[in-house]
Amino acid sequence: MKLLQSPAVRVGLSISIATGLYGVSFGALSVTSGLDFWQTMALSLLLFSGGSQFAFIGVVAGGGSGVAAMGAATLLGMRNGIYGMQINALLQPRGWLRFAAAHVTIDESTATSTGQTDPLEQQRGFWTAGLGIFVLWNLFTAVGALAGAALGDPKQWGLDGAAVAAFLGLLWPRLKGREPVAIAVVCALATVLAVPFVPAGVPILVAAVVAAAIGWFSHGRSDEGLEPDVDPYAEHPHPRPSGDAT
Amino acid sequence: MWLLLSCVLGYAWKLLGYLVPASVLRDPRMSRIAGTMTIGLLASLTVVNTVASGQTLALDARLGALAAAGIALVFRAPFLVVVIAGAGAAAGLRLLGWG
Repeated sequence: MKLLQSPAVRVGLSISIATGLYGVSFGALSVTSGLDFWQTMALSLLLFSGGSQFAFIGVVAGGGSGVAAMGAATLLGMRNGIYGMQINALLQPRGWLRFAAAHVTIDESTATSTGQTDPLEQQRGFWTAGLGIFVLWNLFTAVGALAGAALGDPKQWGLDGAAVAAFLGLLWPRLKGREPVAIAVVCALATVLAVPFVPAGVPILVAAVVAAAIGWFSHGRSDEGLEPDVDPYAEHPHPRPSGDAT
Repeated sequence: MWLLLSCVLGYAWKLLGYLVPASVLRDPRMSRIAGTMTIGLLASLTVVNTVASGQTLALDARLGALAAAGIALVFRAPFLVVVIAGAGAAAGLRLLGWG
């Protein structure tokens, strides 16, 4: 089939499978954090942004309130607005396609698209990764949620350790260079200091304020931390065009 | 319900990028804050899930999970392997009677 010859479609499919699979860990962690099956599915179907979803259940699992969970998830979703702007400039979707494109604007679809230079390939990469991940992520979330509910005591299986690993795994690819590491360390310290003094969940919001202040007052690269979770082109180096509309 | 409101707000961010004129959002400072906040939130979530137990700090098997995940990441393991390494370390340490 001709479409499978397209490099962007191939990268989009492989990243869909890799990302979709770890929907299993989200589903399992979500039900063990205390959400039920349908709440878990609502997050994957409607919120559909890995970082925000893990943030929501991470706060809930730590005993935080729904408001704090919402705050963390929403602040972590801000970068999707920046991605939306980049994709809008590249693909210029029209009409209802715009609303569909917005929903599948995530780290992976943006990275797959902006890693291509040809406009048609950018288009194919975005939709293949976006729709592919949407389908597989939801499928595997359901699998994980059903499996997680059957596991019994989550601690015995180390699922709280799995959550720790998941967050470190999401953070890791963004720590390229000295500055992001410094930001991470400062925010980690602020969190530890805040834990005994404020209700569960709030230390995460304290760290967000600290991080925003660093971003506001310092003058580093404007795309720091906006490298996506994964680099779909890691094995096939590809010239990256600038993603903004200038 | 906070969960559904989170979904609405999450979608609102995404849509904002498409509907608001690029000139408004192209402010490098906004883009930078989105980036630093992403790093800060993920670092904070990692720490909270490692050492917080409600409002108290606790050093337990989850520290082993953090170490195992770090080692897996240094060796460029895929995400799912990292998560399994974390779960395995925490479960293993508990089996040995710690945390």
